[in-house]
Amino acid sequence: MNPFNYERAHDITSAVTLLSRAPRGAFLAGGTNLVDLMKLGVATPDTLIDIRRVTSDQIEELPDGGLRIGAAVLNSSLAADRTIRQRYPVLAQALLSGASGQLRNLATVGGNVLQRTRCAYFQDVTTPCNKRKPGSGCPARAGYNRDLAILGTSQACVATHPSDMAVALVALDAVVRTQGPRGSRTIPLAALHRLPGETPEHETVLERGELITAIDIPALPYATSSSYRKVRDRASYAFALVSVAAALDVVDGVVRDARIALGGVAPKPWRATQAEAALRGKPATKQHFRAAAEAELAAAQPLSENAFKIPLARNVIASTLLDLLKESVQ
Amino acid sequence: MNLPITLQVNGVTHQLSIDTRTTLLDALREHLGLTGPKKGCDHGQCGACTVLLDGKRVNSCLTLAVAYQDAEVVTIEGLADDERLHPLQQAFIEHDAFQCGYCTPGQICSAVGMLNEAEAGWPSVVTTDLTADHIDLNDDEIRERMSGNLCRCAAYANIVPAIREVAESQSIPQETRR
Repeated sequence: MNPFNYERAHDITSAVTLLSRAPRGAFLAGGTNLVDLMKLGVATPDTLIDIRRVTSDQIEELPDGGLRIGAAVLNSSLAADRTIRQRYPVLAQALLSGASGQLRNLATVGGNVLQRTRCAYFQDVTTPCNKRKPGSGCPARAGYNRDLAILGTSQACVATHPSDMAVALVALDAVVRTQGPRGSRTIPLAALHRLPGETPEHETVLERGELITAIDIPALPYATSSSYRKVRDRASYAFALVSVAAALDVVDGVVRDARIALGGVAPKPWRATQAEAALRGKPATKQHFRAAAEAELAAAQPLSENAFKIPLARNVIASTLLDLLKESVQ
Repeated sequence: MNLPITLQVNGVTHQLSIDTRTTLLDALREHLGLTGPKKGCDHGQCGACTVLLDGKRVNSCLTLAVAYQDAEVVTIEGLADDERLHPLQQAFIEHDAFQCGYCTPGQICSAVGMLNEAEAGWPSVVTTDLTADHIDLNDDEIRERMSGNLCRCAAYANIVPAIREVAESQSIPQETRR
């Protein structure tokens, strides 16, 4: 690990100022991803600004019936929160599907959405990787790509975003609140991450020194009928091959509205807008659920080892929606 | 760069001068001589380094010592009450819940934290009713909640009953629920 200076920020403003003065510095929160990447030599900050205490660790009610989640709320605390479990079960399930009990006790909400891909080439400094070293190439296209993306990829990069929590949040229309050197702003979570294009090293729209302070979830009454399903190589403690966050609003057998997002298949938490559009106003049947999934996956571009993700995603979308339908008619 | 830091471990306050790069795991093992927490993968994937930080189980290999000076750390060395083993330590012995023993300190610290989480009503991904107040720690729940601790000897068949016995007996004295 490279040597670094450690500074603890005392409030949001000082955190932003400290990082603005450290061009090769980084914010440190739970550290579960950053410290690992520093050990691997993938991340080499010369300064760590500890922000674990500067943003809120509370979950607050918003006037519109939504919730504001402080960026320092632990993944485990968020998953255990009674309001989250009642109003947004998809979010509690996504959190509980991710990592391990130990990691969830360290990882923060703000850090979770900013975690880096687990692509093997990104994490191995002895191999080329356009994301880690721009212009060096992408061995994944012709190499080990079973875990990698089928949607939103580019010639330069086929990495997946690894978060489960962010998949649920993007389905819920979550909004990220930030403070940076130029003030504060809000960014829809769906617009936080960039697709790789020619510049996979630029992963988000955040500016240098911009700190996530909270994430807002708008009210969504039918999210009480929502769930997260994750398919992986072992029963627990593994990243998703495919995951689906879904919420379903069915009235008289017709889909009034639906929220669908996918994990494990794209460089960002993937909101399945095509599938949602295909479902609205249609009869809530297995056939239409499958057709909606196929509408989303029509753009999929499989690699040499991951074509299985297309039928897998289709089936998991359809079965998740079908389970929600059964639950709603009970 | 070196910094003077303070760590509170198993009820004792220690003053150290450490490189900022030192993980809590290395501080415990190399500076304080507490070799209970083990370095398995050193990447947060095996759980052998699990300790309790303010009562919560965490991977000490992914935490920087400098960042946790105000926390109370409990390692496997701090679980027994003088000569009396912690109920989970006793249960692991009685159930022969290990072979080589390398993962055991992490398994036990993780189980202590896990039982506290379950008692606080925290659900897991296999909990059928997410909104239930009471968690029934059956074998599926224990396996899921302990999935962050790998045992390469595959002593799981005895680890699960050892933890279940303690969960069922509710016999953890309050003072050791850290």
